[in-house]
Amino acid sequence: MGSITLKQVTKNFDEVNVIKPLDLEIKDGEFIVFVGPSGCGKSTLLRMIAGLEDTTSGNIEIDGQDATHTPPAKRGLAMVFQSYALYPHMTVRNNIAFPLKRAKVSPAEIESKIANAAKILNLTDYLDRKPGQLSGGQRQRVAIGRAIVRQPSAFLFDEPLSNLDASLRVNMRLEISELHKSLSTTMIYVTHDQVEAMTMADRIAVFNGGIIEQVGTPLELYKHPVNEFVAGFIGSPKMNFIAVPQSEDKKTVNLGIRPEHFIISQEQGTYKGTVGVIEHLGSESFLHVTLECGTTVTVKADGDCPLQYGDAIFLSAQENKTHKFDKNGLTIKTTL
Amino acid sequence: MATTNSRTLARFMLLPSVTLLLAWMIVPLCMTLYFSFIDYNLLVPGEKEFVGFLNYEFFLTDPAFFESFFNTLLLVTGVLLITICGGIGLAILLDQAIWGRNYVRIMVLAPFFVMPTVSALVWKNMLMNPVNGLFAHFAIWLGFDPIDFFAQMPLFSIIIIVSWQWLPFAALILLTAIQSLDREQLEAADLDGAGPLSKFFYIVLPHLSRAVTAVILIETIFLLSIFAEILVTTSGGPGYSSTNITYLIYTQSLLQFDVGGGSAGGIVAVIIANIVAIFLMRLIGKNLEG
Repeated sequence: MGSITLKQVTKNFDEVNVIKPLDLEIKDGEFIVFVGPSGCGKSTLLRMIAGLEDTTSGNIEIDGQDATHTPPAKRGLAMVFQSYALYPHMTVRNNIAFPLKRAKVSPAEIESKIANAAKILNLTDYLDRKPGQLSGGQRQRVAIGRAIVRQPSAFLFDEPLSNLDASLRVNMRLEISELHKSLSTTMIYVTHDQVEAMTMADRIAVFNGGIIEQVGTPLELYKHPVNEFVAGFIGSPKMNFIAVPQSEDKKTVNLGIRPEHFIISQEQGTYKGTVGVIEHLGSESFLHVTLECGTTVTVKADGDCPLQYGDAIFLSAQENKTHKFDKNGLTIKTTL
Repeated sequence: MATTNSRTLARFMLLPSVTLLLAWMIVPLCMTLYFSFIDYNLLVPGEKEFVGFLNYEFFLTDPAFFESFFNTLLLVTGVLLITICGGIGLAILLDQAIWGRNYVRIMVLAPFFVMPTVSALVWKNMLMNPVNGLFAHFAIWLGFDPIDFFAQMPLFSIIIIVSWQWLPFAALILLTAIQSLDREQLEAADLDGAGPLSKFFYIVLPHLSRAVTAVILIETIFLLSIFAEILVTTSGGPGYSSTNITYLIYTQSLLQFDVGGGSAGGIVAVIIANIVAIFLMRLIGKNLEG
């Protein structure tokens, strides 16, 4: 009860083509995350699925029914906005009740649904307050509550956590993940934060310039990125790219090595470099190392790494953990 | 910068303008107060003797006073009703993406720039005139008898003229308020299944409440002292049917040369205006808080 299929969907704003023909199948109960840099069309696509933007061409199917021209309210989807979009003059109770009242649900049923949603979201004590009297996290929960009570076939989240501070964001991330597990409703979640994408998603769709670069589970994207863009976007800190002047297979232009896949040695290794700034996080340290060829790479080391600024070290990559990219940025499949 | 020092300095800096404004207000008020207690008629030269509350007694027991008092209330509420309702409608229309929107907005604002005497004359001679007026031509074309607006419905005609002048003001304030409405709220309402009417009553109208309050307060201040439109069109007549308090004071002091009586009327008008202001602030002022 919540599968969404996009068939050759495109979107133009006047002359500008924002979304190039795009196919995507979202399965029922799936938590899919659209991730990409700002301006890549991920929010636009979400708004098209919600019905807030017209689709220029192609079809959007919800539960097998063509919904391309269905008005937003009839699509059975609920959306949580970046600004929360709560109605400021209504109490929390009325905010949550608003969609139910519009749907002419009986007052008794509204009351029980509000109580239920408030219990799930820890809002029971705040039902008679107005949004202005709530903290950011609470407002976020009210927005989710307003979405839950409609029992939609899918939830759409448009960067819902970007207005919260870092620690609250981690909490809300967990809460939304737990909500997904308990409701097992389809959720589409838009974010530019790849950490959110990696931690929450069943599947991630990586957007870039109006196209989907790759769709897959977080680990698939991490282990087998199809091109340089996905490789650089997924994983934190970013993957290091080292230019290869002359490769054995005559195709490899760039070598990608993740910070966590380096072996540090004082005596020998593939690359020689000088340690720059060291970021100590306690559990681990990140070294910024300038290689002889001039490239700066990030290297993950132990928390109690004894190296100092200016030390000379040798680096080499762990076996089978390197990624090779050709001159078009595409991954060269290595037969294992 | 909110140290004790800077605050003291700020008060010092404010002093000249506050003093000037205060003098500007206090001096005429005190003179009016003084005149209202003496027998001061321009036709009777000589001693101006102190008469106590006699001027007030005459003014307040004059049957014309009650009629003009109710006329004032009718004028203010009528114009407020028309400008607020019309202003909201106009603001919503102007908010739509139409071709040449910026020019339309300037055009809509135009009546506000026309001075009251001129707009009253335009209405009197070009539109509402029973012989040459556009409305008369229209009525004849439709087969009706033309209406003599200023004879048959003088106060209503003045309400229409004043509303025409103040509609742009209301529309403009309300338009800016509508533009400040968060579009995501409307989109959320779309998804929540709200139709155009529910969106208007549950989202747009509550959002406008502060702007509406501001419009009511500002307009009331100016509408209590409508004068030029009455002088140019009906001269308060027929009888006292289109006389408001302001116009009554004018008749008293400048047509009957009774400065003392006029001044007493002025003080009464000041008191009435303050009562209305307190009443309004109590009633709708809470909208402006928070």
